[in-house]
This record gives sequence, C-alpha cells and structure tokens, in this order.
Amino acid sequence: MTQSQYEVVIGLEVHVQLGTRTKIFCSCPLEFGSPPNTNVCPVCLGLPGALPVLNQAAVELALKASAALGCRINPDSRFARKNYFYPDLPKGYQISQYDEPLAEHGTVRIAGKSVGITRVHMEDDAGKSIHDGFRDSDQYSYVDLNRSGAPLIEIVSDPDMRASDEAYAYVTELKQILQFVEVSDCDMEKGQLRCDANVSIRLWGAGEFGTKVEIKNLNSFRFLKMALDFEIGRQVALVESGGEVVQETRLYNAGTGETVSMRSKEHAHDYRYFPEPDLVPLRVGSAWHDRVTASLPELPAARRARFIEVYGLKEYDAQVLTASRALSDYFERAATVSGDPKTTANWVMGDLAGLLKPAGREISESPISAENLGELVKLINSGQLSGKLAKEIFPRMFEAGGTPADIMDREGLRQISDSGALEKIVEEIISTNAKQVEQYRGGKVSVLGFLVGQVMKASRGQANPAAVNEILKNKLM
Amino acid sequence: MDIRTFTVDSIRTGLRKREFSAVELTTEALRFAETENPKTNAYLRLSSERALAQAARVDALSARGEDAGALAGVPVAVKDVIVTKGLVTTCGSKMLETYMPPYDATAVERIEAAGGIILGKTNCDEFAMGSSNENSAYGPVRNPVALDRVPGGSSGGSAAVVAQGTAVLSIGSDTGGSVRQPASFCGVVGVCPTYGRVSRYGLVAFASSLDHIGPFARNVSDAATLLRVMAGRDERDATSAAAPVPDYTALLDGNVRGMKLGVPREYMQGVTSETLSQIEKAVERFRALGCEVREISLPSTGYAIDVYYVIATAEASSNLARYDGVRYGMRAEVKGGSLIDMYRATRGQGFGAEVKRRIMLGTYVLSHGYYDAYYLKAQKVRAMIAQDFTRAFEQVDAILAPVSPFPAFKLGEKVDDPMQMYLSDIFTITGSLAGIPCMSVPCGVTREGLPVGLQIMCKHFDEAPMFRIAHAFEAARAF
Ligand SMILES: [Zn+2]
Repeated sequence: MTQSQYEVVIGLEVHVQLGTRTKIFCSCPLEFGSPPNTNVCPVCLGLPGALPVLNQAAVELALKASAALGCRINPDSRFARKNYFYPDLPKGYQISQYDEPLAEHGTVRIAGKSVGITRVHMEDDAGKSIHDGFRDSDQYSYVDLNRSGAPLIEIVSDPDMRASDEAYAYVTELKQILQFVEVSDCDMEKGQLRCDANVSIRLWGAGEFGTKVEIKNLNSFRFLKMALDFEIGRQVALVESGGEVVQETRLYNAGTGETVSMRSKEHAHDYRYFPEPDLVPLRVGSAWHDRVTASLPELPAARRARFIEVYGLKEYDAQVLTASRALSDYFERAATVSGDPKTTANWVMGDLAGLLKPAGREISESPISAENLGELVKLINSGQLSGKLAKEIFPRMFEAGGTPADIMDREGLRQISDSGALEKIVEEIISTNAKQVEQYRGGKVSVLGFLVGQVMKASRGQANPAAVNEILKNKLM
Repeated sequence: MDIRTFTVDSIRTGLRKREFSAVELTTEALRFAETENPKTNAYLRLSSERALAQAARVDALSARGEDAGALAGVPVAVKDVIVTKGLVTTCGSKMLETYMPPYDATAVERIEAAGGIILGKTNCDEFAMGSSNENSAYGPVRNPVALDRVPGGSSGGSAAVVAQGTAVLSIGSDTGGSVRQPASFCGVVGVCPTYGRVSRYGLVAFASSLDHIGPFARNVSDAATLLRVMAGRDERDATSAAAPVPDYTALLDGNVRGMKLGVPREYMQGVTSETLSQIEKAVERFRALGCEVREISLPSTGYAIDVYYVIATAEASSNLARYDGVRYGMRAEVKGGSLIDMYRATRGQGFGAEVKRRIMLGTYVLSHGYYDAYYLKAQKVRAMIAQDFTRAFEQVDAILAPVSPFPAFKLGEKVDDPMQMYLSDIFTITGSLAGIPCMSVPCGVTREGLPVGLQIMCKHFDEAPMFRIAHAFEAARAF
C-alpha cells in the first residue's frame, strides 16, 4: 500500500496573544524586549496573597476574534485552573477556560472547504525559561516572567484538514482574519502566534479516527507544513511495516526536519482542572455581544470578493491586496483618489512593493501616502504626467515624501501641455528638420514619429506626447 | 496605662483628652507585648518601627486638629497569613521563614489608613490549616485563659493577643471557623463576615472560595468598628462585593425585641453538657430580651465536614503549588539533582505534616476520574447546605448555635487524631460553606473557667443585625 491509500486527519490548536496594552489579570505593561523581570507585579509573579482581576480589554479582543471566526459566543463562560509544576509557571497553575469556553462552533473558509472551529477560550501565558546564553547555563536555567500573564486565546479547530497544505492555508487565513480585526499582530517571532498540530492517519473510508499524535514547537507556518509532512510519512511507514501509532506528544526539530517523541500518553499530565475560585463567572450580555459584532470590520474574504466584484480586480491581485488590513485599506484609499483601481493595484503591488521591501518597511510605514499614490495615477490618466516621468517621480516621492505635484515642481518635471509653449518648440523642430518635413509632406507618414521624438528631446521629456502629435500634424498640413 | 483595659472608644477619648499620645500608647503596647508574649507565643514578631512611625503620624494629624481615623492609635495585631510590606510573613510555615512581601494586604492598608497601629504578626497554624494552633512551624500558642490549653486555630495567635491584652484588636482569617473557634476558646469576640465583604487581596490563600478576613476584639462594638474599616469593594479582588457597608456601631441600640431567632436542632447534638447548658442559658437570655426563639432544622449539616474537606483541600492543593523553591521562600539544596528532585525536597522539608496531608487529599479529589465523585458532588452538597440557610432565614432573623462542641482542650490532646481535630469545626464549617456572616460572642464559662462562645449567624450581608444581636446579648450579660 502507499501513502495515497491513507486519509490524513489534522486538527490545529493555535495560541494567539491578544494585542492589549496590559496583561490579562494585572496592569503590567506588555512590552516586547524589556529587560527580564521588569514588567512584573505581585499578581503575575504569583506572590502569596495576590489575586487575578480580569482585564476587560482582553475580553473585548477575545470576543472580537470569536465573532470574526463565526463562533457562537457563550453568554456565560468560566475560568478554571490547569495545575502543573514548571519553573516559568509562577502560580503552579495556568488560569484557562476549560469546560465552559468563551465561544464555540465557528468556521474558517479555505480554498474549497470550511474548517470548523471547535472553541475559542481565554487563558494567561506562562513566563519564559532561558536555558542558554548565561555564563552558568550549564548549571542553571533562568526565568523571565515579563510574559507571565500575557493574554492569550486558544483557537481549537475541528479535525477537518486532510493535508498539510490545508493546514498551511488554514493558519494563513486565521492569521489574516485576526490581523484584520486587529486582535493581534500575530508576529510569530515575538511569540504572538503559536501552533500545535494533532495528526492521525486512517484508511480511506474508515469510520474511526486513527490514533493521534500531537506535534509541538512549530515556530513558523513553513515548519508546520514540514513537520506534518514528516509526521504523516512516519505514521504511514509505521503502519505499513505492521506497527501501530501510539498516542504521544512529539517535538518538531527544525534542524533535522523530524519529529521526536517528547512524552507518551502514560506520562501525560493530569491537570486537575477545577473552576478558578478567585474569579467570578464571565457574563457577556447581549448588549456587549451586539456591540462587538457591530464593531467588526469587513473580513478578508468579503473584502477580496468585493475587490473583484466592484473594482474588477483579478482574483490573484485581490488576494495580494487583502494580505493585510493595512494594505487593503491603503489600496482602497488610493483607488478612491485615482478613480482607476486596476492601475492603482499595479502601482501598489509593483512599484510600491518594490520600494518597501528593500527598505524593510511595512505598508503602514510607507513614505508615500495612499492619497499621493492615487494622485499620481490620476495625473497619468489625465495626461498631465507621462508614464515614463511617473516612474521617475515615484522613487523621489518615496525618498522625500510629498505630493507628485510637489516633486514635479521641485524637480522642474511638470509636463508641458500648454499649447503656446509646445507650438514654439514644434516650430523650431520643423525649421531645423526640413528634409524630414518634406518627406512627410510627400506622403511618408512614418517620419512623424521621428519629429515627435525630436520635440520630446528638446523639451527634455516634459512635453505631453499626445499634444505634440496633434500640434505637429496641424502644422505639417 | 493598662493596655488590657483599652477599647477603641477609651483610646479615642484618651487621645482627645491628651491623657496620652499615640506614640506613648504604642510604646507601652510594644513593651507589654514584649514582656507578656513568652507566656503564650502568640506573636511571631513585633513591628516596632512601623508601629511607632504610624503612631507619630496619628499624633501629627491629631495635633493639627485633623481626624486621624476610626482606629486612631489603636494597636492591631495581624495574623501571619496576611501580607505586610517589608515585614516578614511566614504563614506559620518553614517554607516562608524569611519571606518579605513587597506589598500590603488591602485590609492592612485600610487599617492603617484609619489610623490603626500594626503592632505585630501573630502565630497561626501553618497556612491556616488547623484548629489548635499546634501546626505552626514556630511552636504552639498557649491559651491565655489556661496556659496548658490550646487557643484554638487556626488564628490562635490573633485570638490570644486580644484575650491576653497584648493588642486591643487583631485580624485573623476564617476558612472553616478559624476566627470563631479561637475566639470562643479564648473568650473574645470573633467575626467571620459575609464572603466578599472584606477583600482577600493579600490574604495568603488556603481555600479561596472559603477564605475570609475577620476581626477579633474584646467587645462587639470594637469588632464592628474594625470590620467596617476593612469592609467594602476592592478592585484588586474580583470576588469582593460592592454592597454598601453600614455604620455598624451606630446601629447598636440594644433593642432586639421581636426578633426571631432559630436554634438548629442538629447543632445541639454531640455537644458537651457544659457547652450545651451555656447555650441554653443564652437562649433564655434572648427570650428575656423579647426575642422569639424557636427550634429550626438545617438538615444537610451532617455532610458539612466531608464537603469542607473535599473543597478546601482541593483548592489548597492548587493554592500551595506556588511554593516550589523556584522564586521565593525556602529552597532545599539538592546536589546534582533534577528539577523534580528540588521540588520534592523543598516541599518535603518546607511543609508540615498537616499541610502535606491536605495537599495530598486535595490532589486526590481533583484527579482524573475522581473529580465528579468528589469535587463536583461536594459542590452540589455545598449548594444544599447554603439552601438550608436560605430556607431558615425565611423563618428567622438569625441563628444561634454553639461555636464548638467543646471548650479549649489541652495542648497535645488531639494532635494524633486529625478526625477528632476536624470535628471541633463542625458547627462553624456550615456557615463558611454558605458564605454567610457568623460570629462568636462570649456566653459564659465552664466550671473550670473555660470560655464558651455563642455563634450568631445571619443571612448574606446582614452583619448589622448580627452585631445588634451580639451587642444586646453582651450588654445583658454584663448587667
Ligand atoms: Zn503584573
């Protein structure tokens, strides 16, 4: 038998750090890169006597995420304690939602299918253990609790994905949605999005799921796909050779591209969940629920569809331009100014992207505002600026900022459409090119191109070619 | 100056008449505590510096003619499970022998804001687990009334300092009776307010859903004053209540005529005859005051101890997980051992036997496969017990009961029999589980001179009538 005889079943658990200013149960700031153990207080240090108080802003963002993922928000949810010992877990338990999560039953659309969202629940993050980089790292590990108490949501998918590509598409779409609704920056390098995968295989048509393996330590979407591919291969080979998949947690090693066993089911933690007595149940009344739903912006899928429908963009272009809320907002503002969405799209995806990338800038940091880019397109379309000049002006706008008109004036690049000025140049060219004029008048119409070129050259490219054409034709009659 | 005779009122009068200053009073209180404490071991440490600085502040305010607060100049002792900034807080445990909290509990903050003088930290059962104060890593406390007997627990030190006169007021914590039972053993007033009435912020957790901070005093009015100072919503405790806090002392008018009081028949069983006769005398006294006293039933009472020891230990097993030797407190030295070895050694050496017993019990009842049978079922029965009280308070304004089935017992008498020890809380645990306000008020002594406490229980947030009843009773006894 071969791999194709097995159906792959994948479910994902994604942890996302909510973009609040402060932690979930205390008012310590969430700043990435602060010196270790500086953004801490009795609550997030788990000191004796300290108590958690739920951050309303975190609930708002969690609700927003739940609504954006099409979940049913539970009017009553509850926090529980998940008990385990670890040096970077200062309370000896994590405060998480267990049997009564914030939201359930959502969906994420990926190409060709829907992936169900089992649940979205809130929890606090642990600190960070640092095992190397210190002089005595061979003897000690260090703990940084700046991250302890960071607000997280865990988004658990249904086991609906059937290939690593689908898992990749799912997390990509998920990330895009969460960025769009401004729940999180989802910066994986800052640990704002973390992903665990559950994967099993079964023969096509089998009713029962196979034994699942959990894979942890997936630090990028690419690693997720690679880890899944390796693990699927491992499971198929195992079953093919008469073995059996055992329920366990495996770690992905990006260096070797392999997954290795971390702990078996027998050694799985007994987390001894019970309701968190320090917090009251979380009630989301219908007014709150409605307010959050109403505040949701247009989601990426809807925006893509609208860009195709209303602006006549190609599907690929719509996809690219909705990669982030900021980019799609930028495009839309520019297109509104220019009145020409397709050309605007080309400028945004081509020239602008080409300048941003080497400069290492995000669209939100673009020195060229959406309005100015739209203005540029408008100037081209109205004939006030040649395409060639526009290409010259654009990098200068990127360097110096300002409107295209400012740059044109500053650099003396304004197109000459004034017929008086153009006529003077045309007359000069006619008088200095008597031979070509004669040829034209004699019926060799193709000479006109040469004469236009001469006029353009004399005007240092600033003449409006269409106007030059017109004037020349008239004068030569 | 005899600290033993002082009350909140007499201190206020003395300060106003300039008979003494707050600094003079505090100096004398510290001296007296220093001298007397060896008899009882009730204080673990005095906070002289902090106390004198606060006294000086009070004097300065008074000198400017400003109101220094409801507790101005009053020496208050704090149980060592309530954190105090810059003042070692051990919880009666070796685990936290040198632990220095960087912040004050809300209750402590409010006491000082009201002009109270934090005199020192009192001995207690380790992490508030115990009924005799014999589970302290720093030695037992002796009952000032009879030095060969226990003061009760877990707030034994806080009860003893008030009885001994080495403090005028004190605060303790009550999870299953830890304020009321020692109050009754030492012959002072002890209050366990409604759950949520006093912020738990800074109270080192034993069983979060049952933990309360409550006052000790030598009379009802002083206890009421101290509770009012501490009570009220605190943004740092999500379970603290926003309910308005009445001026309890203004409502102490001695009039209880026509009030309906219930005596639950389940609480009159298994009680020593001397305790029973004191309670019966108290009932007669209330009748004489014009109260209508009737027998009632709280049928789920028999389950209370079992329910309590499931819920309280479950929560404790989680609350005490943070003492792992990693960040603060004791860390056992393990040469070449693993992380797990360090955890085991630290917790093995740092915790006493009773704490370990409860952590194990609590871990067990929360374990996979046992949760429903123990924890979940206990929560259901807890709701039944609360329901008993709700029904009872449809018929009566307050409930009268013994605090403990027996008076203070001898040191060492029950240490080897945890079940016997647990039984001393049988009448206090029900009120804790229901979260209602309860208090112990002295109601007489046995032939041997051992105090017996009367328990008064009211419905949620009804501390005002509870104090009124207790105060009327206290006045009638004195008369
Ligand atoms: Zn904090």
